[in-house]
Amino acid sequence: MAEPHPQPPAHWSGSEPRQVVAPDGSLVGALPDDLDTTALRELYRWMVVARRLDRECIALQRQGELTVYPGHEGQEAAQVGSAWALGRDDFVWPTFRELPVALIRGVDAVQYLQYHRGTWHGGPYDPRATHFGPICIPIATQVAHAAGYALGRQLDASDDVTIAYFGDGATSEGDFHEAANLAGVRRLPLVLFCQNNGWAISVPTASQTAGEIWRRAEGYGFPGVRVDGNDVLAVYEVTREAVARARAGDGPTLIEALTYRIGAHSTADDAGRYRADPDVEAARAFDPIPRFRTWLVGAGHADDAFVAACDEEAETFALTVREGVVATPGPPAEWAFDWVYAEPPATFERMRDEALATERR
Amino acid sequence: MTEWTLSRALNEALRHALRADGRVLVFGEDVGVSGGVFRVTDGLQAEFGDTRVFDTPISEAAIVGSAVGLAFAGWRPVIELQFDAFSYPAFEQIVDHVAKMRMRTRGRVDMPITIRIPSFGGIKGKEHHGESPETYYAHTAGLKVVVPSNPQDGYALLQHAIRDPDPVVVLEPKARYWTKGHVDLTADEREIGRGRVIRDGRDVTLVAYGSMVARITEAAAQLADAGIDARVVDLRSLSPLPDDLLRACAEQTGRIVVVHEAPRHAGFGAEIAARTMELAFDSLAAPIARVTGWDAPYPPASLEDGYLPSVDRIVAVTKETVAY
Repeated sequence: MAEPHPQPPAHWSGSEPRQVVAPDGSLVGALPDDLDTTALRELYRWMVVARRLDRECIALQRQGELTVYPGHEGQEAAQVGSAWALGRDDFVWPTFRELPVALIRGVDAVQYLQYHRGTWHGGPYDPRATHFGPICIPIATQVAHAAGYALGRQLDASDDVTIAYFGDGATSEGDFHEAANLAGVRRLPLVLFCQNNGWAISVPTASQTAGEIWRRAEGYGFPGVRVDGNDVLAVYEVTREAVARARAGDGPTLIEALTYRIGAHSTADDAGRYRADPDVEAARAFDPIPRFRTWLVGAGHADDAFVAACDEEAETFALTVREGVVATPGPPAEWAFDWVYAEPPATFERMRDEALATERR
Repeated sequence: MTEWTLSRALNEALRHALRADGRVLVFGEDVGVSGGVFRVTDGLQAEFGDTRVFDTPISEAAIVGSAVGLAFAGWRPVIELQFDAFSYPAFEQIVDHVAKMRMRTRGRVDMPITIRIPSFGGIKGKEHHGESPETYYAHTAGLKVVVPSNPQDGYALLQHAIRDPDPVVVLEPKARYWTKGHVDLTADEREIGRGRVIRDGRDVTLVAYGSMVARITEAAAQLADAGIDARVVDLRSLSPLPDDLLRACAEQTGRIVVVHEAPRHAGFGAEIAARTMELAFDSLAAPIARVTGWDAPYPPASLEDGYLPSVDRIVAVTKETVAY
C-alpha cells in the first residue's frame, strides 16, 4: 500500500473534490450503486493494462519504433473511470493522450499507435465505428467538434451523449470557451471532461489560470464539478451523473478531474528542466492504481491471484501490441494523396501522378 | 431566365439547397431572424424553421469547429462568416481540421462544409471589412475556393459548393451583392474548377475574379476604343485553378494581365503568372503583368479608390503589356 504524502500536488488545492476512495484506500464516499464485482475488477484491469502499455510505448519510442509519444501515467483513473460511464453509441472526442479511453472504446491499440508511429495522421481507426474521434493535437479544437457533434445528435432527436476530453491548458484557449458557450446556449448533450494534470508541457496550472476550472461552468449556465481524478470510482460516478443529465436533455456538465502527469509531456520533453523530482515522487503517493487495489482487495472484490492475473494479462497485451506495431509496414506513397478530396480536381490528380512518378524514379 | 441581384441569387441557391436536401443546415451570426447583414439568408428561417437555419453566438471558431462535428454526425453545414477579416478567428479550424479531416480519417468521413465569406472591398466599409483573404484559403490543400462575380455564378457556384462532398470556401464580393443580372435556373453544368470567357479577344487576356471582373470588362471596352482587342476571363475558381483556360489564353493571346484587389506581394496573381508560365512560357509575348491592391493594409474608405485597381490603371498596364 502506498503511503499517502501529506502534500498533494499544488493544483489540487482549493475546493474539495468529490471522492469515494481516499488516497490510503479507505472508503470515504458512497459507492456507485451500479457497479458489481465484475465491473469493479474491470476498472482495475483496464488501469493496469493501460499503465503497462504506456511503458511499452515509451520503450518503443526509445527503440525508434514510435516517433514522439505522449504518456498518460498517473491519469489512468480519470480516463478509465470516465470512459466506463459512457454508453456504446456515445461519442468521444480525445486529445492525443487518451490511449486508455481508446482501449475501452474498443479501438485497436496497434491501429491507434500508427499515429505515434508516424504512419498516419488523425488515427487510422474508423471514428464512426468506434465512436472515438481522431486524435487531436491543436489544443481545445476538438471541444468545438464535440459541441457540433452533440448538436448534430440533438437535431436528430437522438439521446446519444458526446464527451470531449481536454487538459487544464486547453481551458485557456478560445476554442474551449466558444464551444462551452455554445454548449450552454443550446443545452447540448455534452460532457466537458478536463483532466487537470498540473502541467501544460512546462507551465503549471497556477500560471495557466487563476481560478478553479470547474467553476467556469457557472458562467456558461451549466453545472461544474470537481472530482479526485485519481479516484476511479469518484470519476465514474460524476461522469455517470453528467452523462445522465445530458441524456435526459438537461444539458452539459463541466468536470474538472484533479490528476497528475507523472511522466514528461512527451518523450521529446525533458521535465527535469521545469519540475523537481521530489514533487513527482510526492505525486506518486497519490497513484490511482495502488489506491484502488488497496480498496478492491480490502473490500473482498479481488484477491492476490486476480491482481497477479491482471499484471500477467497486461504484460502479454503489451508484448502483443509491440509485435503488431513493429510489424506494421510504412504506408505506400499513394496515401499522401488518396483521401485529400472526395472529388479530386484534375489539377490535383496531375500533381499526384507527378509526385508518384518522381517517387518511383 | 429571371433577373436577380447577387444577394438574391445566393439566397435562392440556399433556399433550393435547403429544399433539396434535408441534411443541409444554414447557420452563423445574424443569419436567422435578421436574414444576414447582406440579406443572403433572408426569409430562410421563416421558411425552414430554426432547426435548419439558426443564429450562433459570436464565435467563428465554434461556428466552423461545430460544422466539423456536425459533418461527423451526417449533416451538411452551410455557414456564414460575416466578413472576410472575421474568418481569421476560425483560421485554425478551417486549416487544421476542415481541410484535413477527410484525409485524417482515410476518407471515412467527408467534410461537405460550405463556408460563405462576404469578402473584398469597394463598399466604403470600416476597417477589417474590406480584406481579400483568398490566398490564405487557396493555399490550403483540401479546400476548394470559388468566387462568384455575378448572380448567375452565385446561384450556380453556391449550389455546387453545397453539393460538393469536399469543403468549399465561397468568397462573395460584397461590392457586387446589389448588382442585378440574368439567372438561368436550369444551368447545371459541373461548375467548380471552371473559368469563363466573358468577352473574347485576341490581343491580350485580362484575368480577374470577384468585383474586379466588372472592372476588367469596363477596361476591355475602353481598350477596344483604342484598338486593342482584349479577352476578359472570370476565373471563378481559385482552387482548383482552371489552368487549361490559362494555357489557352496564353497560347491564343500571348499576353496576360492579372487583376485583383489583394496586395501584390504573394498575392493570387503570382500563382496565376507562375502557373501560366509553367504551362505556356513559349507562347508568351510579354511578361505577365499584375494590377493589384498595394502592399499596404486595406485603407480607410476615403482612400479606397486609390487602393483598388482602377479601370485607368488596368488600361494603362494593359497598353504597356500589348506594346511590350
